[in-house]
Amino acid sequence: MLPGTISYWRKQLTAGSISPAELVEEVARNIESRNPEINAYISWDKEAALVAAAQADLSAPLGGIPIAVKDNICMQGEPTRCASRMLGNFISPYDATAVTRLKQAGAIPFGRTNMDEFAMGSAGENSAFGITRNPANPAHVPGGSSSGSAAAVAADMAIAALGSDTGGSIRQPASHCGIVGIKPTYGRISRYGLVAFASSLDQIGPLTRNVEDAATLLNVLCGHDAKDSTSAPGLPAEDFTAGLGQSIAGCKIGLPKEYLSSGNAPEVSAALERAVATLTSLGAEIREISLPHAEAVVAAYYIIACAEASSNLSRFDGIRYGFRAEAPNGLEDLYNRSRAQGFGSEVKRRIILGTYVLSSGFYDAYYAKAQKVRSLVASDFTAAFNEVDFILGPVAPTAAPKLNDTDLTPLQVYLSDIYTIPANLAGLPAISIPCPQGQGQLPIGIQLQAPHYAETALLRVASALESALQ
Amino acid sequence: MEPAQIDVAYIAKLAKLELTEEETKSFSQDLNQVLAYVAQLEKWDTGQVEPMYHPLPTFDALRADTPGCSLSNEAALSNAPQQEDGQFRVPKVVESAH
Repeated sequence: MLPGTISYWRKQLTAGSISPAELVEEVARNIESRNPEINAYISWDKEAALVAAAQADLSAPLGGIPIAVKDNICMQGEPTRCASRMLGNFISPYDATAVTRLKQAGAIPFGRTNMDEFAMGSAGENSAFGITRNPANPAHVPGGSSSGSAAAVAADMAIAALGSDTGGSIRQPASHCGIVGIKPTYGRISRYGLVAFASSLDQIGPLTRNVEDAATLLNVLCGHDAKDSTSAPGLPAEDFTAGLGQSIAGCKIGLPKEYLSSGNAPEVSAALERAVATLTSLGAEIREISLPHAEAVVAAYYIIACAEASSNLSRFDGIRYGFRAEAPNGLEDLYNRSRAQGFGSEVKRRIILGTYVLSSGFYDAYYAKAQKVRSLVASDFTAAFNEVDFILGPVAPTAAPKLNDTDLTPLQVYLSDIYTIPANLAGLPAISIPCPQGQGQLPIGIQLQAPHYAETALLRVASALESALQ
Repeated sequence: MEPAQIDVAYIAKLAKLELTEEETKSFSQDLNQVLAYVAQLEKWDTGQVEPMYHPLPTFDALRADTPGCSLSNEAALSNAPQQEDGQFRVPKVVESAH
C-alpha cells in the first residue's frame, strides 16, 4: 500500500521499517497495476531508480523518497519527450536544476509523467502518448497540463511529483484530482532544464498529498541558479514549513467579487462558501475586494503565452535533436515537414497564433497591448495586497469535465483558465488545496494567492484551511 | 480595432510549419474566434501604461563570464537525427561552385 506522505515514508525509512529499494518496488508495483488504466506515466526506469536507492543517503532531507517528474523537466539519461512525437526519441543529456536539487536532497527522481504536449492544454488530452484519466472517476479528465503528475499522486502511483505551471498547469490538475499543487513566485525555482513553453510565465512546482509535503519540497527546490538568468538572486534562505500549524487569527483574506461569477458551477461556489466559513471560524477576516481587470486575463494570457511559445518552439527544427522528416528536399522542406509531422494540433494552433501576434503590422495591436494589460492586471494585485494578506478564489469554474468533450471550441477551453492565469501574469505564488467532497463526487480545489515571495505565509494559511476542512 | 481575419497559410510559412488544407481551414476558424475574443483588450485604456514583459523587475541577470564545463561533443550530438564526423548532418544548403 502506497498512500502516505513524504513525511510518513521518511519516518518509515529512517526507522528501518522499509528500505529505499523496497519503497521503489512498491511505487513500481502500483504503477504497473494502475498505469494501464490511468496512463499517468509515459515511462519509468525502475532499474535506474533501484541503483539510486542502493546509494540513498537517509540522513538527507528527502533521503530515499521517489519523486515523479513531469515529462518536460530534463532527467539525465531518461526520455524527456514533453509528450510529443517531436521528442519521441529524445534522451536528456543533462539534469534540470530542479532534478539536481532533488538528487542532492537524497530523493530518487522516478518516472516521467504524462502531460499535454509541450504543456499546452488543460485536460491531459493533448498527449502523443495517450490521454490520462482522472483516478477519482476515469470517465473524466485529470486536468492539465501536469495531468500525469496529478493523476499519479492521486492514484497512489507516486508519493509526490514535480509539475510545471504556465497558466494553471499545476493548480488546475491538482484541483481536479483532489491533491495539493503550488506554483511558487516566478524566479523561486530554476527553470534550467524545463523545456520552455512561455518563459515569462513558466514555473516548476510540486504536486503533493498535503501542504506539509509541498513545503518540504519547496525547501529543496527553491534557490538561486546562475544557469537561469531569471532565477531570483539574493533571497534569504527560508524554511517553508516554519508557519505550518500556526494560528491564522487576524489574517486578512480578500475575496474578489469578480471571482463570484455566475459561470461557476454550483459545487464550486459551495466549496468557496465552505472555505470562507472555515477561514472565518479560524479567526481570519474575509473582505470583499475587486480585481477590476480580472476579465481581461484570458485574452492577455493567450497572446503572451502563444507569442513566447512560437519563439521558444522554433528550436524544434529537425536539426540538432528531435524529429526529422524523411527524405527532405532541402533545408526549408526539412524544417517545414519535420515540424508538421512532429507537433500535434494544439501546439500548431498556438504556434500559428503566436507567430501571427508577433508578425509585422500586428505586434503593437496584440502583443504590446497584451503586455500593457498585463501591467494593469499586476497592479490590481499590488493594490489588493495593500488591503489584504491573501486572495481566496476558485481554481477552475467547474470540476473535471468528461473525457472527449468535443463540443468545446479551443476558446471555450481557454476560458476555463480564468482563475489560474492571473498568478502567472503577475508572477505570484498560488496554491490549490482540496475541499473534500462527498462520496462519489469529483474533487474541487480552493485557490489561495499571496504577494511575491510570501510562500511561507501562504503555506501557513493553506495548511490551516486544509486541516480545518478535513 | 476590427477583429482581423488571420491568413493562416501565410503565417504557417513564417512559422516554417507545413499545414494540411484541413488544418489551415480549422485553424482559421478557431483562431478567428480567438482573435474576435481578444479584441476586447481594446476597451482597456493603456495610454499611460508601460508594457510588462516580465513578472519581476530583475531578470536577464548576467553571470560571470568564466569558462566552465559544458556538454561534451558526444553528449551534444547524442540526440542528433543525423551526424557525421562529430557534426550535425543537414541537407545541402549551398549550390556547388561551378
